[in-house]
Amino acid sequence: MQILILLVQIAILVGVVLLHVAYATYFERKIIGHMQVRMGPMLVGWHGLLQPIADGIKSFFKEDIIPEQADKPLFLAAPIICLVSMMVSLAVLPFAKGWALADINIGLLFIFAMSSLASYGIILAGWASNSKYTLLGGMRSMAQVISYEISLGLSLVGVMMLSGSLNLTQIVEAQGSSFTGMYIFTQPVAFFVFFVAMLAETNRVPFDLPEAETELVSGYCTEYSGMRYAMFFMAEYIGMFVMASIGVVCFLGGWNGPFNVPFFPPIWFILKVYLIMFVFIWIRATLPRYRYDQLMTIGWKLLIPLALGNIFFTGLVKIVIN
Amino acid sequence: MIKATTVDIPVSAGNEDHYRLRMGPQHPATHGVLRVDLDLDGETIMECEPHVGYLHRGFEKLAEHRTYVQNLVLTDRLDYIAAMANNVGYCEAVEKLLKIEVPLRAKYLRTMVCEMARISSHLLWLATHALDIGAMTVFLYCFREREELLELFAELCGARLTTTYTRLGGVRQDVTHSIMMKLVRFVDAFPANIEEYETLIDTNRIWLKRTVNVGTVSARDAVSLCLTGASLRGSGVDYDVRKHFPYAAYDLVDFEIPRGETGDTYARYRCRMEEMRQSNHILRQCIEQMPPGPIIGDDAPDLVMPNKPGRKVEVDTPARQGLIKLVEDRDIFMEGDVYVPTEVPKGELGFYFISDGNGSPYRMHIRSPSFIHIGALKTLAKGAMVADLIAIIGTLDVVLGECDR
Amino acid sequence: MESTGIVEKLREEFPDDLLESYEHLGQKAVMVKRDHIVEICRFLRDECNMNHLMCLCGVDNSKRKGPFFERFEVVYQLYSISQKQMFRLRVQVPEHDCSIESITSLWIGANWLERECYDLMGINFNSHPDQRRILTPDDWEGHPLRKEYPLRGDTEWIGYEELKAKSRELGKFDFYDNLSKEKGGHD
Repeated sequence: MQILILLVQIAILVGVVLLHVAYATYFERKIIGHMQVRMGPMLVGWHGLLQPIADGIKSFFKEDIIPEQADKPLFLAAPIICLVSMMVSLAVLPFAKGWALADINIGLLFIFAMSSLASYGIILAGWASNSKYTLLGGMRSMAQVISYEISLGLSLVGVMMLSGSLNLTQIVEAQGSSFTGMYIFTQPVAFFVFFVAMLAETNRVPFDLPEAETELVSGYCTEYSGMRYAMFFMAEYIGMFVMASIGVVCFLGGWNGPFNVPFFPPIWFILKVYLIMFVFIWIRATLPRYRYDQLMTIGWKLLIPLALGNIFFTGLVKIVIN
Repeated sequence: MIKATTVDIPVSAGNEDHYRLRMGPQHPATHGVLRVDLDLDGETIMECEPHVGYLHRGFEKLAEHRTYVQNLVLTDRLDYIAAMANNVGYCEAVEKLLKIEVPLRAKYLRTMVCEMARISSHLLWLATHALDIGAMTVFLYCFREREELLELFAELCGARLTTTYTRLGGVRQDVTHSIMMKLVRFVDAFPANIEEYETLIDTNRIWLKRTVNVGTVSARDAVSLCLTGASLRGSGVDYDVRKHFPYAAYDLVDFEIPRGETGDTYARYRCRMEEMRQSNHILRQCIEQMPPGPIIGDDAPDLVMPNKPGRKVEVDTPARQGLIKLVEDRDIFMEGDVYVPTEVPKGELGFYFISDGNGSPYRMHIRSPSFIHIGALKTLAKGAMVADLIAIIGTLDVVLGECDR
Repeated sequence: MESTGIVEKLREEFPDDLLESYEHLGQKAVMVKRDHIVEICRFLRDECNMNHLMCLCGVDNSKRKGPFFERFEVVYQLYSISQKQMFRLRVQVPEHDCSIESITSLWIGANWLERECYDLMGINFNSHPDQRRILTPDDWEGHPLRKEYPLRGDTEWIGYEELKAKSRELGKFDFYDNLSKEKGGHD
């Protein structure tokens, strides 16, 4: 019985998140559209509201092209690895008090593990397509993930030290329900490092080198089409959602808000997530793209020393206060 | 006979681990059908070999079999982004060869459409250059203004891109009041728009990182590579055909030639941005100084179509009997050769004509700036990274229609 | 310094090479022998400040007549940016020994211009670093800008035929056969 309930919960979560992904693309296209003096999707439904559904149907029925020279098993597996690992990390996210599928004690670590796994999908896609652009995209992705995973992890160590836990629910509770309790005020440097690393981790502008359109055509997913391409796309948007959620949980006080909303407690969580996603999109509309070596320089020479310094400083303050 | 071989750059001995990448001819950043074979060490370019010719249509051969008037339409298809400037360049050359006088109003009109073409071409350049580097919003901002200019072209001559606006001895249509009003509105609004683009990218740290000290070429090398236009002036060489060989009404308007110093991608970018301001300035002067008068000279050879405004067709006059008559009427053609350069948005567009006294050119050579600029790519891209190559291709501002002819 | 001055200087420096000098429509030109073209160009570039190579192209003279004309001609258009002077060099190249020295050592940019000249006109450039076809495919036959080359040939380019054969071999749907069936003809 318990398992059945859990399965229903999983189905609801996946359904809601997929719908969210669909509408996140709409959200992005509309916002970017208005920032770029155009309208965005307008034709399907009222102000293009049904556009994501139409896109989904289109990509589902498109021909699935597999290159002749591709490494077939890996080529087929790569998008699935990407999508599944991103989806699995959804399980540990606490949307509100008690609204987590699996409230495990190593929640943060689990998410890191899963997001690293997702980069396997990208690297395998780059390798298996047997195309030069995809390989370059895969290599770039590998280097990028390795460098930024470190700073992403290190930036959250400060949060772990303050809350004393890896459990996401406990991290939220440790911040308390007051506005000033949010770790963004006690850990501003960590938030900065986290934010930059988050952009890089999710392959967003200005760090979208693995799929830099004007350099590598479409990077690792050049050879993909139809549903498999859509899987990468979904994985990317779920990744954005997951990373934004971690940001909210670790720095912005999770589901706590100025007042409690009855019947639907995750409302503040979702609003905060969308705030971060809006900033993602805003950045995409504004900034050019970094070069490969500049990206590495920022990762290794700026973010990692900053994160390490932050850990040292946090530890020092903690000792002094105690 | 040579067997068709795939021409790859041979990897030199000892460098077998290099990665060879064929970029193009279908690639989002090569502005058409440019193919670049790269020999990469990691992402650093060890060898870069551009290949052109995918759009070769044999204009120079075609031109030898068509009359001077007919060849005019070929020039639209050279640099299809700034067809007006090509039309003017061709007509200036043929008029010099055939000694045809152009009335003053036509000269001003030519200057005006040339500068409009320059602005629209530079806008497209900025749009794609910024998009190549990843700044997506600038792309759409530029297209917003370019659209206005193209609409003006459409109103002026009926076509947005392949204009064929000029005629030997003048221009096709006079401007209407409505066009002038719209142009005035555009000229007034445009400087603010340039500032808008600059707000987005000019001092953007990432933009600077991607363009400063990328693709640097010294003044000496730039001359040796035969670069022209903003690519040459970015290196600090003071050479602009509009000043050196004033054609149309360029000697009657006041403008400056912006120059860079460092010769890198950023300097070329700054040059073109300033050129847009100067073009706007020239446009304003053209509007203010536009003299009344005929728009086509009396001795101009005419097309068959008899609807030249303000002039009746007198069939009995030999020089005005139309195209067929023009070919037969040999006394206006004389033997000799002439080279006439003009400053199109991409650089120096030159037409070299040899006439043997016939109605069509004996030899027409087109000195196309894009062709020479792509030739320089090999030197510029050496040692850069893949992302830099994209920036360099963007900043050289090439159009493959002009390159391949 | 006047352009005529340049002609005088050239005559002084290379008395045997200068065949003829003339001015047409205000543009000065000289006709020189091909033997010392690199030296002449270097002299013009270094001594006369003609530092900008505007244009380099080949001409087929087979349908026009002149005093010194050989079958082919290479035209160099030079310009002095500092003195605002244009100067044209015309060099005759005979058909039986269709070659001339390359000036890539003086202008790097001449590389592609000479390749184009070779491709379209069939003039060989000695000591050119990389003389290949540039605008036409590598297996193209003939040089299109020669006067005897037809404007419209009667055969397809061999590469196109190969491409059609390959597409027949690989494709499930024979586009070309169906195309000709629809037309009711043959291709």
